[in-house]
Amino acid sequence: MIQDDKDKHIDEFSGIETTGHEWDGIKELNNPSPRWWVWLFIVTIVWAIGYWYVYPAWPTFSGDGFRGGTQGRINWTQYKQLEESQNEILSRRAENLEQFQKNSIEDVMKHPQLFAFAVAGGKSAFKENCAGCHGSGAAGARGYPNLNDDDWLWGGSIENIYLTIKYGIRTDNPKTRASTMPSFKGMQEEDLKQIAAYVMSLSKGWRYTAEGKTKYEQMCLFCHGQDGVGNPSLGAANISDSIWLHVEDSNPGIVSQIENPKHGVMPAWEGRLDDATIKQLAIYVHSLGGGE
Amino acid sequence: MLNKHSKIEKNSILMLVCVVIAISVGGLIEIVPLFRVETTIEPIKGIRPYTPLELAGQDIYIREGCYGCHSQQIRPLRDEVERYGHYSLAAESMYDHPFQWGSKRTGPDLARVGGKYSDDWHVGHMINPQEFVPESIMPSYSAMESRDANLVDIGAHLATLKLVGVPYTDSMIENAYDDAMTQAQEGNSESESALFERYGKNINIRNFDGKKGVVSELDAIIAYLQVLGTMANLKDYDPDILIKETSPE
Repeated sequence: MIQDDKDKHIDEFSGIETTGHEWDGIKELNNPSPRWWVWLFIVTIVWAIGYWYVYPAWPTFSGDGFRGGTQGRINWTQYKQLEESQNEILSRRAENLEQFQKNSIEDVMKHPQLFAFAVAGGKSAFKENCAGCHGSGAAGARGYPNLNDDDWLWGGSIENIYLTIKYGIRTDNPKTRASTMPSFKGMQEEDLKQIAAYVMSLSKGWRYTAEGKTKYEQMCLFCHGQDGVGNPSLGAANISDSIWLHVEDSNPGIVSQIENPKHGVMPAWEGRLDDATIKQLAIYVHSLGGGE
Repeated sequence: MLNKHSKIEKNSILMLVCVVIAISVGGLIEIVPLFRVETTIEPIKGIRPYTPLELAGQDIYIREGCYGCHSQQIRPLRDEVERYGHYSLAAESMYDHPFQWGSKRTGPDLARVGGKYSDDWHVGHMINPQEFVPESIMPSYSAMESRDANLVDIGAHLATLKLVGVPYTDSMIENAYDDAMTQAQEGNSESESALFERYGKNINIRNFDGKKGVVSELDAIIAYLQVLGTMANLKDYDPDILIKETSPE
């Protein structure tokens, strides 16, 4: 059927013009799209052209232009926006951070305002970067040291904490501290048990054999020291206290550590965090209670 | 004008012409620019294709649906940069097929997780995440510990990626299986130097899961996680480069 403007088909019921088609007695009303919808559609097209003109939009065919794309009329980029928003907070921090560059950690710690700034900044950096292993409250986990107590593998002075955070332990960093406990696999089981018994005696006062003590002095004393007090410069643990990092404080646990020593790895944060943040972290960790 | 549509609807040639015009406009605006999208990739040094072991790790990452909870894109916004580090560059994911950008962060963003935790931590955390992060809702993936990484067809996988533009060389494809075994087992200096020669110096060669003998899925996924975000030479990156002269390698 061909519709002619002069020959309009009007639906009797609604009074609205129909398309003229008929299917089994059903006709289609020829309502126009709502005007507000049509205008909105046109506005979005105009908006898109304006947006394209003002903001970076397309890669260019030649690869020229800002980051290989069209630049936009107002030279806006998200990178500039980021830089501006960072500048704002950096300038607020700069006053304090400058003091971190100029002064040693010891001097910073004597200054109440800087100390408070460092503890607050360190706490927030700790939550993001350290809490994964050492726990949100720095209480550690099996294999990951508790930082609240005064037992330190590599020393608990502010300087040592700073070095440990910056260069890590047993990492690829050239300045890392990396000494490891050798494996004594292949020793007689009886000897191992006697050494373990002597080690247990150091913290618990249990009985031990003279052979056990002699073997300890021959093989373990150099690093772990007289009476097992450890040596932070070698990362040798204090084995005369009740704090055990990798194994249960039991004879079999100690035997397994002597045979197959477990070693923790602390990532180096140099390069990932800036020096001021590392100093803040060191001060925060030192302030948790166990700092020497 | 609004009621003239019947003219188009009753003339098939006119209809066809209008359809072609409408699609052409959409295509020109939305599709054609994408053919040149590689011009917007930053010229940054250090980005290399994944080694076969890392690639096997990415396969596991995709299989386990890690992207459902973890994104791999740090947006250039202040709070994200403060938390996760330098914003992600397009160049850093140019060899990802498919991209792992993601948009859902139930867990943290992983774009720069490489080197952040020790291998041991990853092993323990995959087996029981709550041991280290009690408030975590990540499920355990302990099955990976005892499953061998699927390296049988890893060479074919490299060859497939080469088809879509990842610059794997023939010798990389040929030696893919051996390279994967080398990367997960320290000690063979000869094959290690061959691996370095093929992929560059910036490769972690370690026994990632701490167990000798087999190359497990844990080895593969940890090798992958430990390289995320560590390739780009960000120190050389200058966000102020306005005009780009060289295309990325």
